[in-house]
This record gives sequence, C-alpha cells and structure tokens, in this order.
Amino acid sequence: MSLPKHLDISCKELVELVSDYLSGPMTAAHRQKIERHLLLCDPCNVYVAQIRQTIRLTHELREPPRAQPMPEGLLAEFRARVGRKNP
Amino acid sequence: MATGTEVGSYEGAEDSELVRAMCTGSEDAFCALVRRHQPSLWRLARVYTRNDGLADEVVQETWLCLLSAMESFAHRSSVKTWICGILINVARARMRKEQRTVPMSALEPGVTEVDDGPAVDPSRFLPEDHHWGGNWAAPPTAFPGPETVLLTTELRRVLLEHIERLVEAQREVLVLRDVEGFSAEEVCATLGLSEANQRVLLHRARAKMRTSLERHFAEAVPS
Repeated sequence: MSLPKHLDISCKELVELVSDYLSGPMTAAHRQKIERHLLLCDPCNVYVAQIRQTIRLTHELREPPRAQPMPEGLLAEFRARVGRKNP
Repeated sequence: MATGTEVGSYEGAEDSELVRAMCTGSEDAFCALVRRHQPSLWRLARVYTRNDGLADEVVQETWLCLLSAMESFAHRSSVKTWICGILINVARARMRKEQRTVPMSALEPGVTEVDDGPAVDPSRFLPEDHHWGGNWAAPPTAFPGPETVLLTTELRRVLLEHIERLVEAQREVLVLRDVEGFSAEEVCATLGLSEANQRVLLHRARAKMRTSLERHFAEAVPS
C-alpha cells in the first residue's frame, strides 16, 4: 500500500535519493524523512532492497585475487630502465 | 636475483613503500605492485575497451608509463589513484585512436553525456494532479528467490553487459565505486570530478542497473 500524499516525500522523490541514503552523505533530517516513508511504504522498501542487491551484486563482479604471473616483458623493461640509470 | 614469482617481503608493504623501493631498483617491489593492482586495472581497462585484447594492451602500456613516471611521483595522491589516473588517460587515448572519433567525455572530462533521465520511468508513478500523485502506480516487483540473490554465471554476464551499455561517465564511477570499492574521495580525485557530479553519476548508474536487473528477472519468469 502506498503512502498518503501529505507525508513528507513522495515515492517518486524517494527513488532519486536512495543512492545517497545508502552510500551517504545525507543529512539526518533527510534520512529521517526517508525512514518515515519506508516504515509505511512497501513498494519503496522493495525498491531500496533492489538497489542494495544491485550494489552487492556489482561488487561481487570483483573476483578474488589469485596468484598471477608477471605480464610478459614488464620485468625486462624494469630491468632495462634500472640498468640505464645505473650502468 | 628476482624471478618475479617469489612473494618476498613486499607482500604486506604499503603501495607508497613499493614505489619508493622501485625507485631504488627493487624488482620484488615492482612485482608486488603489479600483482596487487593488475586484476583491478584490467577490469577498469575493460570498461573502456570493451575488448579483452585491447584491455591487455592498455594495462601493459599503463605499467610502462608508470615506470617512466615513477621517479617524479610526489606521493601527494594515493598510489592507487595515481595508477588509475594513468590508466584512464591511456585507455581514453587508445580508444580515440581505435574509434577515430573523439568521445565527448574526452573533450570535457567530467561532463556527462546527455542523460538526464530520472532513476525510474516517470510513468511508473501516479501523476502529480492525482490524489496520490507521486506514489507508485506500477510498483517494483521484488527480485525472485531468497533475500540474497546469487551471482550466477548468467547473472554475471547480464551485469557486465549492462555496465558496458552505460554512458562512459556513469560506467567509470560505477566500476570504481561499486566494483572496485573506491571511496567517493578517491573517485573524485581519479576522475577529476566534483563530489556532487560523482554522486549524480553513481545514482544514475545504479538506477539503470536496477532497472536492467528488474527487466532481466521479469523476462526470465516463464509465462
């Protein structure tokens, strides 16, 4: 069920604020308005949860670091430069 | 003699320590720095090149540039910011050459390409003159399954595909913030963005990704 219109912010306004709400910065006053809205508005809770899940999934795209060989030629390049500096 | 595969005493060292050691000729320090940053540099290069082979080349060139520049690195920014800054310049220059046209973001870094769309299609809300104006008309459907949707191979592919479709300015911020875990300050420093600009870009990118996921799950449901 959606919120009565007289509450502080509309759903349409809230969706524009979710990123700041989750990652900051956001003033305590704004945060309170959003949380009051979320107490009563199921669809907006779904929306916020979806943004949270989206952020989490995006972060999981990062694979865990694994041992990698040095890219070919880089070490040789390093040695050449060091060698040029200290002949 | 360093073989390039030894873990060595530099494994736990701070980036700035590694760079200083490199300037005195330490191969172990260089290897440690490369191994530490290679994966995220490659992911970042891939954001611009949209192609694995080109990403390899961009990263390689980045390291070579770094070797040329390391002695003049003043340690005023973080090493991470510095390396990513080099990579982004290399990547953009390379893609300009590849495309033979100059993308707008290269002309005016930080200016978003025209994309002022709201986070959610406005038609999904009741119009302002309605009694419940501004409330959901077509509310979001929760993602299927348990609270924590798993990142399957399929979902990974979908996400990467949609990241590639973002405008470059949004793509850059999303990847640095939400994939690589850079702080807002680090992103602003790396990309030369104001705090406000960075927040807007992140907000729009996340909103688009959410919409893409919502569509993906909706299409996946057998009718």
